[in-house]
Amino acid sequence: MAELTYRDAVARAIAQEMERDENVVFLGEDVAKAGGVFKSTVGLYEKFGPRRVRDTPISEQAILGAAMGAAMTGLRPIAEIMFADFVAVCFDYIANEFPKLRYMTNGQLGCPLVVRTGNGGGARFGAQHSQSIENWTMMIPGLKVVAPSSPVDVIGLMAAAVRDDNPVIFHEHKSLYAVKGEVPDGEIIDTLGTAKILRPGKDATILALALMVPRALAAAETLAAEHGIDCEVIDVRSLVPLDTATILASVAKTGRLFTVEENPRLCGWGAEIASIVADEAFWDLDGPIVRITTPHIPLPAADHLEDLALPNAPRIVEKISRVMNGSKR
Amino acid sequence: MSGKHTGSRKAGLSNDDIGPETRLELYRLQVEIRDCEKRANDLFFQNLIKGTSHLSLGQEAIAAGVAMAMQPGDKSFCTYRGHAHTLARGVPMEQVLGELMLRDVGLMRGKGGSMHLTSVEHGVMGSYAIIGAHLPIACGSAWRAQYLGQKDVSVCFFGDGTTNIGAFHEALNFAAIWKLPVVFICENNLYMEYTPIGDVTAVEHPAADRASAYGLERIVVDGNDADVVYRTAQAAFVKARDGGGPSLIECMTYRHSGHSRADPAKYRPEGELEKWLERDPVKIYRERLREFGISEAEITAIDAESKRKVEAATELCKASPPAPAELLTTDVYADGGWSWRN
Ligand SMILES: Cc1ncc(C[n+]2csc(CCOP(=O)(O)OP(=O)(O)O)c2C)c(N)n1
Ligand SMILES: [Mg+2]
Repeated sequence: MAELTYRDAVARAIAQEMERDENVVFLGEDVAKAGGVFKSTVGLYEKFGPRRVRDTPISEQAILGAAMGAAMTGLRPIAEIMFADFVAVCFDYIANEFPKLRYMTNGQLGCPLVVRTGNGGGARFGAQHSQSIENWTMMIPGLKVVAPSSPVDVIGLMAAAVRDDNPVIFHEHKSLYAVKGEVPDGEIIDTLGTAKILRPGKDATILALALMVPRALAAAETLAAEHGIDCEVIDVRSLVPLDTATILASVAKTGRLFTVEENPRLCGWGAEIASIVADEAFWDLDGPIVRITTPHIPLPAADHLEDLALPNAPRIVEKISRVMNGSKR
Repeated sequence: MSGKHTGSRKAGLSNDDIGPETRLELYRLQVEIRDCEKRANDLFFQNLIKGTSHLSLGQEAIAAGVAMAMQPGDKSFCTYRGHAHTLARGVPMEQVLGELMLRDVGLMRGKGGSMHLTSVEHGVMGSYAIIGAHLPIACGSAWRAQYLGQKDVSVCFFGDGTTNIGAFHEALNFAAIWKLPVVFICENNLYMEYTPIGDVTAVEHPAADRASAYGLERIVVDGNDADVVYRTAQAAFVKARDGGGPSLIECMTYRHSGHSRADPAKYRPEGELEKWLERDPVKIYRERLREFGISEAEITAIDAESKRKVEAATELCKASPPAPAELLTTDVYADGGWSWRN
């Protein structure tokens, strides 16, 4: 057991997979010699050399296209898109190429690769370097989408993503890179499509993802201590595949559902889950499903404004306590 | 074509030594592509091919010449205008026509359609319909070969219009700096969909005139002469296999039909098509065979066999059922299904 940062967990996860499988290669901008702009890939170049850990030009289409061509002919590439916002300049690969290949070719070709992104806000980077784009990727048939919230999950889910035969979009959260957590020694491998109940509770279910997970957990403690509301907090972890079984079972127990989402409101990931729960568990519900999200705005750079935009523990507490006490809003 | 590159033979390369067997094969490929494309056109007007389709009528020498220079294991990355390149790798006609007709005999049993022809067993690694997307993908395939020490070359076909999208430029730089075994074949048929390429491009030769920006040789050849294409491609393949990195070859050509089935090509200036019909690659090549003493009987035998193949393939496709409904949800994910939840 060792304490590791989320940032170092990324490097350890990639190293674990590169050691296991010679076909795993890693490419991106400034990822090799410089160790990544977030320093999350430090040491990989030194360990695996320039043949397997490659710096690329600022060519997001070439990065993802090359990863795809290599993946469909036998390698297992991990590609970094530095800031998640930049997937917009190579979205063709994410929307049209990776996820359609197997279907269009009637199973002749597949695309086993991982795209890592630095996702999310909280770093005062402004509107083009702070977005939470997990919902952009969730909507595309053929992709898998994960977003870990802890160092141990980074390693286990990365390993699962690399070993998966599908294209996996792996959203790392920029504001979690410095967070520390206990990580067991030895190989770690997790399962895609599994949510994790981090705090059992009986009164309400809170679903959260990535940076929203620690905030939901903090809110749950306050709700218990100050409002007598016992919340079950679930880290969704994987948007595709979605662990609806865990979510529906929790709602069956608590009768209440809240989502805490960093993506802007419209078509956020929680909307899809709310619709599933409304369809399939309506009679389990004792009250409205309530989504707590970033408002439908671009993100501001100013710290006090960004803090107003992203859901945080006080806002979660306020909303849930009011709704649970019968308030309409 | 413009006067500057009428020299159909690349300096220092004589094509006179191409043997009769290779020549007959180059001819056969061109004739079969021609006949199959014509049949596709007819089937379209009989409403037996739905959706769209993009023919290579007039551009056959490129698909044939490049394929002839390829070895088994080499990989082709094609576009929506990819019937020719797929046939040239040896894919049976009924699988190509069957896919165009969206029947169960089709290469992808109708799931892909005319724009996405793929036959991995023949090295056809997909046909891509988002302009430029497959240039980086071909780089990735070449990177894999380089990484694993495999000797195959990846070839990427695209049009003149494709040289103006960012992915073209990203891919060329990427291939050049990593010295990838990839050959880029630009088929300059003078038009994007309907707009002449010269109207929207800062240089005369949209591919070749950009080559120097990526440290590559400027290569423009007569794309209607299969010998020239074959020999130029051969040299590029040797270079790629020897670790010499990528090549970019601009082949001048012309499409005899419109961009797609929906296009009557009214935008072409008068006389342009007629001028290019005189330089019809199939016609040129038939004359070439005669010039090299190949008998009329051998030529007509190839012509007849091609017609027979097209008829047989057409009948087979017409008799083939549409794909079964179960295919709707297969192969979305690697487990063969489409499940996104538990
Ligand atoms: C990104 C993108 N933009 C536009 C189109 C629509 N489109 C399809 S084919 C085509 C023309 C391409 O011209 P060229 O590269 O010269 O190839 P050609 O069709 O002449 O073989 C266009 C604009 C597309 N498929 N993808
Ligand atoms: Mg063109």
